[in-house]
Amino acid sequence: MADHIILQVTRYRPERESEPTTQEYEIPLHEEWAVLDGLNHVKDQLDGTLSYRWSCRMGICGSCGMTVNGEPRLTCATFLTDYRPGPIRIEPLRNFPVIRDLVVEIGDFMRKLPEVKPWLIRDEDAAALEGELLQTPAEMDDYKRYSMCINCMLCYSACPIVGLEEGFLGPAVIALAQRYNLDSRDKGADERLDVLSTAEGVWGCTFVGECTTACPKGVDPAGAIQQYKLTAATESLKSFLLPWRSP
Amino acid sequence: MSANYTEFHPRWYRPRMSVFWWVGRRSYLVFVLRELSSVFVAWSVVFLLLLVHALSQGGAAYQRFLNLSSNPWMLALNVVALAFVVFHAITWFNLAPQAMVVRLRGKRVPRSVIAGAHYTGWALLSALAAWLILG
Amino acid sequence: MAKRRIEPLVWLLFTSGGLAAALLFPVLLLLFGLVFPAGWVSAPGQAHLLSVARFPLTRIVLLGLCVLALFHWAHRFRYTLYEGLQLKHLSSLIIFGCYGGALAGSVIAGYLLLPGL
Repeated sequence: MADHIILQVTRYRPERESEPTTQEYEIPLHEEWAVLDGLNHVKDQLDGTLSYRWSCRMGICGSCGMTVNGEPRLTCATFLTDYRPGPIRIEPLRNFPVIRDLVVEIGDFMRKLPEVKPWLIRDEDAAALEGELLQTPAEMDDYKRYSMCINCMLCYSACPIVGLEEGFLGPAVIALAQRYNLDSRDKGADERLDVLSTAEGVWGCTFVGECTTACPKGVDPAGAIQQYKLTAATESLKSFLLPWRSP
Repeated sequence: MSANYTEFHPRWYRPRMSVFWWVGRRSYLVFVLRELSSVFVAWSVVFLLLLVHALSQGGAAYQRFLNLSSNPWMLALNVVALAFVVFHAITWFNLAPQAMVVRLRGKRVPRSVIAGAHYTGWALLSALAAWLILG
Repeated sequence: MAKRRIEPLVWLLFTSGGLAAALLFPVLLLLFGLVFPAGWVSAPGQAHLLSVARFPLTRIVLLGLCVLALFHWAHRFRYTLYEGLQLKHLSSLIIFGCYGGALAGSVIAGYLLLPGL
């Protein structure tokens, strides 16, 4: 006898309702199906009006983040059988405005990311003559885990400060800044300091740590932020104790 | 961003964050309790200063302090404070390794070693303090 | 010219205070808050404790502990009020109350531990 499971999915159709509602779908429970497969089944066979984002279905594009049974998850990396016998609640990612059904507005993140200049910054005059830039494996290890970010924003959904403080840069943005600060090829740490060492930057973080728990790629943004606090604090100490030093 | 729905620009749903956002989730609740432990850290300062002041005022004042600390309400308060202060210490030592990068001879010191060093220091300092106090 | 920021230095006080409080308050509160009042071990005499407290190194350690722990409370409590009770709009009042309180407590601690003992 085929097994089934119920999905309780948030619907939000702004053209006819002012609040989200919940709609139930009963889908087959296949051992190998992820929640995303369940949603695709709903859209293909049961209700073509359901709206949601997805792409690679293998945990690298960062598109399919949603709130599954209260937790921020990649739906392509979350299996139906883990929630047997169900039902499974599927809601849009928290802390973001909802555009429609499970689709959220991520423009805020997209505007904050470039503020920390997440690219290699080098001396412009020297660049043309440099050729290859060499880096040892040990130097790469310094920043490697922060380079694993897929911009899925599960960390933003998990972080209460993101929900409370509109200007807070957020875990992924700061972790990505650190990815470049710690890269031996980068010379831009001073430029990023003015953006990061602010109330909207690292000082807004109170080390709840949920961002690291939610991250599907092991980036540890909480660690990146706390480590940067020490860096920024050391810079501040130096600016007071050694004021003649050029930044 | 218009608040009204127009045909090609949807009205985004933006719920306000509840004041009780931290109640529904265990990890958030533990976080807020950890933050509230700071109140009991402040109380510990007050209690310590009461002791120091009593000591400086002589034997009778010290005896009054001891009587005060034996009062059932004071005892209950200090048991709660002790629980929170120990909770603060444990969460602090467990989180510290995540917040620091320590290198020994070029290699990164593992997190468990950093935490272990904190706990060891805690045990040694506590033993020293107890030895000094008990005399 | 790099901006001179105070918040990072306040954070350094918070961090040092958190470490100091974590290391020393459990044993102090255990002994003076529970073990001695409950009578499990008889409390040490006033003369002995006074001589321990008067020792210069003890005074400095206790003063450092009190000052740092107070600023640890001030910083953490400030953010607890911002996030827990969503009182960010009262920011100036909270900052004055928390750090002002910590400063006042530090002055009292300084008086009790240095000339007072």
